[in-house]
Amino acid sequence: MPTETQISKPPSRTQAITDTAFRALCQGFTWLVAVIAVIIVLKIVLAALPAVRQYGLGFLSGQVWDPNKKLYSILPEIWGTLYSSVLALIFGTAFGVAAALFLAEGFTADAVFALLKIVNLQFHPFWGKLPVQVENLLSNLIELLAAIPSVVYGLWGLFVIIPLVRPACHWLHADLGWIPLFGTDLSGPGMLPAVIVLSIMILPTITAIGRGALLAVPTRLRMAAYGLGATRWEAIFAVTLPTASRGIFGGIVLAFGRALGETMALAMLVGNANVISVSLFSPANTLAALLANAFPEASPKDVGVLMYAATVLLVITLLVNVAGAYIVQFTASELEGEKV
Amino acid sequence: MTSDVAAAKPGIPRNPDAETLDPFHGVDFSKLERSLHRPRTFMSMLWTVIVSAMTLFALIPLFSVLWLLVWRGGRKLSIAAFTQLPPAPLEQSGGFGNAIVGTLAICGMALLISLPIGLLSAIFLAQAKPDNRLASSVRFAGKVLTGFPSILAGVFAYGVVVMATGGYSALAGAVALSILMLPTILLTSEDAIRMVPERMKEAAIGMGATDTQTVWMVLLPAAVPRILTGVMLAIARGAGETAPLLFTALFSSYWLLWHGHVKLMQPTASLAVLIYNFAGMPFANQVELAWAAALVLVVMVLIANLIGQSLANRQVQ
Repeated sequence: MPTETQISKPPSRTQAITDTAFRALCQGFTWLVAVIAVIIVLKIVLAALPAVRQYGLGFLSGQVWDPNKKLYSILPEIWGTLYSSVLALIFGTAFGVAAALFLAEGFTADAVFALLKIVNLQFHPFWGKLPVQVENLLSNLIELLAAIPSVVYGLWGLFVIIPLVRPACHWLHADLGWIPLFGTDLSGPGMLPAVIVLSIMILPTITAIGRGALLAVPTRLRMAAYGLGATRWEAIFAVTLPTASRGIFGGIVLAFGRALGETMALAMLVGNANVISVSLFSPANTLAALLANAFPEASPKDVGVLMYAATVLLVITLLVNVAGAYIVQFTASELEGEKV
Repeated sequence: MTSDVAAAKPGIPRNPDAETLDPFHGVDFSKLERSLHRPRTFMSMLWTVIVSAMTLFALIPLFSVLWLLVWRGGRKLSIAAFTQLPPAPLEQSGGFGNAIVGTLAICGMALLISLPIGLLSAIFLAQAKPDNRLASSVRFAGKVLTGFPSILAGVFAYGVVVMATGGYSALAGAVALSILMLPTILLTSEDAIRMVPERMKEAAIGMGATDTQTVWMVLLPAAVPRILTGVMLAIARGAGETAPLLFTALFSSYWLLWHGHVKLMQPTASLAVLIYNFAGMPFANQVELAWAAALVLVVMVLIANLIGQSLANRQVQ
């Protein structure tokens, strides 16, 4: 007959000490993560301080980058970063939200059953799970878009997108050149190919977060709209999208952060020219692409200047990312209690 | 009996005519049908078509990339590509064997740095009370770091390792990549530990286990598949990153293992940087090699992703 002490007993002295030590270790490593996060920011900002003192705010407003004359300023890069990201965000949001709606609002089931109806198999029980499987397959495929390394997108953009869009760009420039957007001709790398590739890269973020937000909308809200006689799209525009709007918006902000910091695809496709232009076909430059191109060849004196540019990028992306993370977190907790 | 009751109530006729028998009397059914002639249903169908077309259109780039990788990269793929060193300009053969080794070595070292830190702090985060300030701020920092531009991780590693040790090295690349892997490992591991049913944890505590014993004997074994999912996703992300390696690990045309020494403090080749360098070259041989290297890199990344996803799915079932 086993006594109580054999089934369960208080921890021995060694176990108690191990436990305290392990807990302290875990807490220590958590502090380490917090310290690393602070050090990353401090290291970059402190390395930039000498350049900040030397060049001041003129660094942000000038348009010259000439290492030979020791003249540095990054207004074209700031403009290029923001312009390419905003344009990519417009395309990425349109297609990303469309894909999120398609995957969250049951359109896949319609498509699947419409296809089955053609061969008259729509009532066979074997196909019952097919819509869900197709939906998962499609959303996995869209997530795969995010898994492809950005340098591969750069390669693809160089050899596929640029030759593909060039004839259209020639035509647009020749016939509609008076519109500022088409003001210059595309001579190889330029803003448009970079924006196309960038919007493909941020689309999965918007779709994944948007789909989550749409699925979190309580079913009874949709049912209420249908009950009032709304068509499916009237329900989507009047009820589902507004309810999920904050989550979708958070996803868009996070995607904006990704677009601002994206490097390789832009370094390969944007043309690396120190130009401020509204034209879609003009070469340009971005902060991240500038860092990628200039850092490997930088002399120790130039590193300070590049650190200043890195600080500017850091501040912009940090602000956007904090806003995005905050919005997504806030929305998630707000809708949690309403799930049916 | 019933007819009497009906008769007693005013308003209901004794002899119901067609109007009361048919509750839909006077309703024009053709007005309720889906029809292209009616603006409301027409708009609805139009939007459905637009959204379906846009979703399919969004998938075209994926298939275009994969098709080109197989078509252009597959042609150049051979045993030599895996075993030889990168060619000099105008040289006609060559491969990227050292870049594959370099990518694996840098990713492995980055994992060695980020896995212990990420896992131990994830254990702390998962066990912390909801009002723990340290836990919530680290969690938030992790979420913000998820979107941290990869090039800035390179800038940081340049400042910390390259400037301190005086040269480009595989170690500097690994430090840069570990910063990018850390948030993924941290957040997915925390989720994995939290998803272990509360009753398993309570049973362990009820048996008199200490927190440490609970973590090592109950929580971690149950959470391992999901933690591995996070680790595989982190590896997949790290292997594909180019920007942080450009000026930390740089590139090299030689093997990592040279005359029996593993040179971790020397510039090291990686597939991603090789693709970037060769894509911009005006030599056909180099461009073809870049495509082949891209195929190898994408296959590696996709395999890591698929392993991760299959582990996550197994846990759900």
